Amino acid sequence: MSTTRKEEEARRGVFTRRALLLGAGQLAALGFLGWRLHKLQVEEGERYATLAEENRISVRLVAPPRGRVLDREGKVIGGSQLNWRALIVAEDARDVSAVLDTFHRIVPLTDPERARIEREVRRRRRFIPVTVREFLTWEEMARIEMNAPDLPGISVDVGTTREYPEREHMAHIVGYVAPPAEADIGEDPLLELPGIRVGRAGIERFHDKILRGRAGSIRLEVNAVGRVIRELDRREGQPGQDVQISLDAELQRAVRARCEEGTSAVVLDARSGEVLAMATQPSFDPNLFNSGVSSSQWRTWTRNRQTPLINKATNGLYAPGSTFKMVVALAALEARVCTPGERVYCPGHYDLGDTRFHCHSRGGHGNVDMRGAIKYSCDVYFYEMARRIGMDRIAAMGRRLGLGVDLEIELPGTRRGLMPTREWRLAQGKPWNLGDTVVHGIGQGFYQLTPLALTTMTARLATGRAVQPHLTRAIGGKPVRGIRAEDWPSLGIPERDLRLMREAMWAVVNEEGGTARGARLPAGMGQLAGKTGTTQVRRVSREQRERGFRVESMPREWRPHALFVAFAPADNPQFAVMVIVEHGTSGSGAAAPIARDIMIDTINRFRQPVTAPPARMAEAGSPGNPRP
Amino acid sequence: MMLREPAIYERRLLMRKHSFGILEKLWHIPWIFVLMLCGVAAIGYVALYSAGGGTPEAYATKHALRFGFGLVLMLSIALVDIRVIARFAWLGYAAAVVLLVLVLLHGNIGKGAQRWIDIGPVQIQPSELMKIMLVLGLAAWFHRASWERMGNVLFLIPPALMVLLPVGLILKQPNLGTALITGMIGATMFWAAGTRWWKFALLIACVGFVAPIAYEHLHDYQRARITTFLDPESDPLGAGYNIIQSKIALGSGGLWGKGFLQGTQGHLNFLPEKQTDFIFTMVAEEFGLVGALGTLGLLALVIIFAMLTALRCRHQFGRLVALGLGMNYFLYVFVNIAMVTGSIPVGGVPLPLISHGGSAMLTVMLGFGLLGSVYVHRDAEFAAAKE
Repeated sequence: MSTTRKEEEARRGVFTRRALLLGAGQLAALGFLGWRLHKLQVEEGERYATLAEENRISVRLVAPPRGRVLDREGKVIGGSQLNWRALIVAEDARDVSAVLDTFHRIVPLTDPERARIEREVRRRRRFIPVTVREFLTWEEMARIEMNAPDLPGISVDVGTTREYPEREHMAHIVGYVAPPAEADIGEDPLLELPGIRVGRAGIERFHDKILRGRAGSIRLEVNAVGRVIRELDRREGQPGQDVQISLDAELQRAVRARCEEGTSAVVLDARSGEVLAMATQPSFDPNLFNSGVSSSQWRTWTRNRQTPLINKATNGLYAPGSTFKMVVALAALEARVCTPGERVYCPGHYDLGDTRFHCHSRGGHGNVDMRGAIKYSCDVYFYEMARRIGMDRIAAMGRRLGLGVDLEIELPGTRRGLMPTREWRLAQGKPWNLGDTVVHGIGQGFYQLTPLALTTMTARLATGRAVQPHLTRAIGGKPVRGIRAEDWPSLGIPERDLRLMREAMWAVVNEEGGTARGARLPAGMGQLAGKTGTTQVRRVSREQRERGFRVESMPREWRPHALFVAFAPADNPQFAVMVIVEHGTSGSGAAAPIARDIMIDTINRFRQPVTAPPARMAEAGSPGNPRP
Repeated sequence: MMLREPAIYERRLLMRKHSFGILEKLWHIPWIFVLMLCGVAAIGYVALYSAGGGTPEAYATKHALRFGFGLVLMLSIALVDIRVIARFAWLGYAAAVVLLVLVLLHGNIGKGAQRWIDIGPVQIQPSELMKIMLVLGLAAWFHRASWERMGNVLFLIPPALMVLLPVGLILKQPNLGTALITGMIGATMFWAAGTRWWKFALLIACVGFVAPIAYEHLHDYQRARITTFLDPESDPLGAGYNIIQSKIALGSGGLWGKGFLQGTQGHLNFLPEKQTDFIFTMVAEEFGLVGALGTLGLLALVIIFAMLTALRCRHQFGRLVALGLGMNYFLYVFVNIAMVTGSIPVGGVPLPLISHGGSAMLTVMLGFGLLGSVYVHRDAEFAAAKE
C-alpha cells in the first residue's frame, strides 16, 4: 500500500512540475498576443487608422468580354448579345434591404429572386456588384434611372449574354455556358463578377480559359463612407480571344437535315483531320442555358430516350460490324497469314468445333479472295482470317487506325471506346475463346466504338497517315497545328496493302455485286469508296434463323444498327464520311444513301470557291481560305 | 464503481463522499468559473449584436440561447461522478472515432472538406468532439500509469495509436489546422503524464524532418495560406484579403476603440466572416486595446482556472482531464487570436463562446462540464490501479 502511495506522490510531483511549466508557457503565449495587439493597435494604430478611416483602397474588377466561337468561314456560332441589367454594390447601398424594398416598388422582384440577391450580397465581398435583375426592358431601365436618387448602390449597366445563332445545329460542338458553381469561385476572382459565365460543355468548356480572358482591375481610393475619392491605378485585363473551329455552319445544317432521329454523322477532311460537320439527332438549343434551364425543360431532355443532350458522334458506343473488315484484312496481310489472292470457300456458314457461324448470305459466296470478301462483305472469309491472326493482332491494327484510343478531340467527355483484347477479357475474369475471336473478325462482339473513331479509321485508310480529328482552327486569329496533311506521321502500313483496301472499297460502291451499289455519286463528282456495316443489337437464334425470320417483323429497338463509312474521291481522297442510323436495319439500305447525299453536299460545298471571308475575320488575320 | 478498502489516505473525505447528494454537489460547483464563462459569453453577445448590424436577431439571440443550453449541459455533466466518466471514457472515444469515419463517408462538404455531419436537426463537427474524447481516453489510459511505467516504451504505444488514428482521419477530411491541434493536445497529455524528456526531443526532431516532406503533399489551398501568410500583400484580392482587412480593422481600433456599433470596417463588411472566425476583430475594433486585453485577460482566467483545478485534483484521471481540457481551450484562444492578428496562417479556428456557431460552443461547454465534474469530485477516490 505504501508503494502505491509513494508512486502516487511521485507522479503527482512530476505532473505538478510539468503543469506549472505548461501554464507558464500558456501565459507567455497569451502575453505574446497581448504584445502583438499593443503593437497593432497602439504603435501602428495611426497607420491602420488612416487606412481604415480615410484612405481605404477598394479594388473593382473589370470583366473582359468573352471571346467568340467562329465557324471556318468566320461566321459567329457562339457570340455575345447585349444584356441590360441592374446591379447593386453593397458597399454603396449601406442598407441593402431598404434599397431592395424601394427597387421592388419600381420593378417588382419575386421572393426567390430577392433571397438570391441577399444571399449573394452576404457571400460576396462588399465591393463586388451583385446582379439584381437581368434582361431589363427599356421601360424598366427608364424607371430605374428616374428613381436613381432613391436607389443608392444600384446601377444599370450593359453586360453580355451568350447567343448561339445556329441554335440546335451546333449545340453539341459549341457547347454552352452557365453561371459558375460556388466550387469554381475562388480559383479566379473574375468568376465572382455578376453575369460571368463559364463554359460547361463542348468548345465553350474546352477553350474556356482562352474565351474568358483575364480580369482587369481598378484600384480606387474611397473614404469612410465608401465614396470614391480618386482612381489610383488601373490594370487592363485581357479580353477573351476568339476561337475559330473547322466546322462549316452551312454544311452542318445540310448534314443535319439529312439525319433523322437516332442518326449521327461525321464529315472529316481526310487529309488534315479537320472536322467539317458532326451531326447528332436529336439535339437541343444551347441558348436555353443562358438564363437557367427550367426543371421541366431539363426533365424533357433527360427523359427522352434519344438523349438529346448527348453527342452520339463522340459519346455513342457501337460495334462497328462489317465496317471493321478492312482492319482485319490489313492485320492479316501484315501478319502474312494469307496473300491477297488466296481464295477461301464460303458455303454460307463456318464451323468451329460444334459451333456454326453464319454468313449473311445464306447460300454462300463460293470462292472469294480478299478484294471480293470486302466487296461482298463475306463473313466466312473474315471468320477464317480472324482465326488465323488472333484477337491481339486485330486489336493492335484497330488501335493504329484510331479505334479505341484517345483521339484528343477538343470536346470534353468524348469516350475513347473499347477495343477488346484477350487481356481485357481476362481482367474481367472471363476466358477468351477462339469463338470470340471468330465473331470479332466481322466486327461484332465486345467492341464499343464511337462514330468519330470510325470516321478517323476511314480517313486513315484513305490517306495512310495517322490523322487526328480536331476542331480548333485558329485562336485569336492565329492558325493552330495540323492544318496540313504532311503534319501527320505515316501509319507504317505498306501502300500496296492500303491501295488494295481502297480498291475493294471502291468496288463495294461502284462494281456490279458490291453491297452499296446505290451509293454511287453522280457523274462529274468523282467516285465514292465505302463499306457497309450492320450490327446486331440482339442475337438471332438458330430457331429464328430456321424459321426464316424477317428483321422488319421485330420491334424497332431490336433491329440492327446501320453503318456506312466512305471517302471520296476514290482516286484522291479528300473527305471521309461516317453515318450511323440506330436501328436502321441495314447499312446498305439506311446508312449508305445518307452518306452519299452528305458526300454530295460536302463536295458541292467545297468545290466552288466560297465567298470572300467576312471583313471581321480578315482583320483578325486568320486564314481566309475555307478550302480544306 | 464500488470503493475498495485500501489506497485511502484521507478517510475524512471518504465519509463526506457518502453524503454527496445533488444539493451538496450543486454547492460544490465552481460558481466563480460559471460566472467567468457567462462573462465570456456576454462579450460574445455584445460583439455579435454589433456584427448583426446593431440588432440581436441576426446572431446574438441565437448565441444567447445556445449558451443557455450549453450551460444546462455543462452543469448536468458537472454533477456526474468523475469515476463514472472515467469508466465510460473509452466508449466516448470510440463513439467519436466512429463519427469521424461517418463524416468521411457521408459528411457534408464545407469549404472543400468533409467536416460536418447531420444528426437530425443538429449539425455536428466530429473533429471538435474528438478533441474532448481524446483527452478523456488518454486520461483513462495514463491514470493507470506509475512514473516507472511511463518509462516503458511498450506502454506508450497504444496511447500513441489513440492519438494518430483521429489525427489521420481529420487530415483525410482534409482539415490541417484541426489535425495539428488534435496532435498537440495528444502530445500535451503524454507530457503531463510523465513521458521522458528525451522522447519529446526525438519527436520534435522527427517532426522537423518530416515537415518539409509533408509540405509537398499539402493541398494547393493550404499552401496558398502559408504563402500568403508570409506575404499577404501579394494577393490582396484573394487569400491575403482576410488578413489585411483584419489587421486594418484591429489596428484602427486604437487604444480605446471606435465605440460600440461604430466599427467602420466590420459594418461596411470589409471584414470577412466577422461573426465567426474574425469576431475578436470586431471586439478589438470597437473597444480598442482596452477591450481586447480585457477579453484576453478573461479568457486567460478561464484557462488558469482549468490549470488550478488540475493541480488541486487528487487523482491522476482528473488532473489529466483538467489539464487536457484547459489546453484545448487555450489552443482555440491562441490560434484564433494569433490568426486575426496576422501572427500565424489563417486556419479557420473559431473563438468558442464568443464566435457565432453552435458546434464549437456545445463541444467546449461539454468539456467545461467535464472540468466541472473534476472540480466537484476533486477528492474522489479511485480503486487501486489494476495490475
